[in-house]
Amino acid sequence: MPETRTITLRINGREEEGRFPAQRTLLEALRHLGHMEVKCGCEKGDCGACAVLLDGMAVDSCLTLAWMAAGKEVTTVSGLGDLDSPHPLQTAFADGGAAQCGYCIPGIIIAAKAIIDAHPEPSEDDIRLGLSGNLCRCTGYTKIFEAIADAAGEMRAEGGAP
Amino acid sequence: MYAPFELDIPTDLDGALAALANGGGKTVLPIAGGTNLIVDIRAKRERPDRMVGLGEVDELLGMDFGPERIAIGGRTTVSDLLRSPEIAQAAPSLIDAARLFGGLMVRNTGTVAGNIASGSPAADLVPPLLVLDAELTLASASATRTLALDDYYLGYKQDARRPDELITRISWPRLPENSANTFYKLARRKGDAITVTGVAVTLSVTDGSCTRARIALASVAPIVRRVKEAEAVLEGEALTPALIDEAATAAADACTPIDDIRASAGYRRHTVQALTRRLVTQAWDRLA
Repeated sequence: MPETRTITLRINGREEEGRFPAQRTLLEALRHLGHMEVKCGCEKGDCGACAVLLDGMAVDSCLTLAWMAAGKEVTTVSGLGDLDSPHPLQTAFADGGAAQCGYCIPGIIIAAKAIIDAHPEPSEDDIRLGLSGNLCRCTGYTKIFEAIADAAGEMRAEGGAP
Repeated sequence: MYAPFELDIPTDLDGALAALANGGGKTVLPIAGGTNLIVDIRAKRERPDRMVGLGEVDELLGMDFGPERIAIGGRTTVSDLLRSPEIAQAAPSLIDAARLFGGLMVRNTGTVAGNIASGSPAADLVPPLLVLDAELTLASASATRTLALDDYYLGYKQDARRPDELITRISWPRLPENSANTFYKLARRKGDAITVTGVAVTLSVTDGSCTRARIALASVAPIVRRVKEAEAVLEGEALTPALIDEAATAAADACTPIDDIRASAGYRRHTVQALTRRLVTQAWDRLA
């Protein structure tokens, strides 16, 4: 029988341990550990609902093996902020009505964070290219693009947010 | 992920090659970004007994920009290409392909060697690498060899890589002066779409004559392939609209597309002709 292994993941700044077989994906491991904010969509790398930051880089957690994420820093949408202390992206999405059903939004906010990290003043082309791996079937994207541009502006005004 | 497999995570290239060599009759597959492989395992198209994770094999990273040749490590990701001004300058067609490759997360983890080794007829990085005359370094625990990318594909999803080999490097000669190098991806959308027809072109011009022509096509044959029939029409000539038309027709005649969910064979053949004509014309107009 293939072995299971206890691995340590640093999730949103906290170390968490779990015992998983080799074929377990990071998405499955995160949800097993209670991180239900990471969503399972297509499991094919098309929809981006499962996106997380791995050492600061946006990845599809459904295509990442949990063992290969061991020891790395995993950031989910909950790691960016919460109700008491929301990230500018979370505020902009809420204020701008950029979420409808909301299922895709955790992944979209992760991709948006990566876009703004790479382009503090993103053009619409930067935003579109950066979101090309995220599907939203409700909004038509317009308010999502606006929310990301608004959040980027807010973050520049703050002189660099967390 | 339902089918169990074992997973080695070697920390260097020797460890990775040793793990691939010691299969003992089992199916052992290397995995880097996993953007194809995990999907294929989930769909039961691949059934590895053991995987060799390459995430810590740093010998497979890095780019080398020499005076004669450019070389990149097999684990270079699509996003690495997009972040490199030297690649943008030396291989514009590769950037054309990388910009429209998958989505952000797939570009961040999907690798150049993985795209080549997937053997997909729609592998977007392959037509640019073919028209750059790319060469692969294939390493195993016992030997290292180089192979022209043009000789790599043997048939649909069949390639010259032995199961114990890794594509460790991809290299190509610098383009001659006065060269154009482009790729056009025809697809339903600009992001996260599988190519309907892909055309890459390199044209080099000296003294009003086309000294070198390379044309490669994706998604219109069992493999990504050059169309030497079309290249031969152009080489050594001062190009005219009639000659470019002849080459475009030769490309369309040489391809063997199929009907599928994305487009009909007839539409693909038509677009091979139109895109070849357009890209060669644009290149010639810029250079001549």
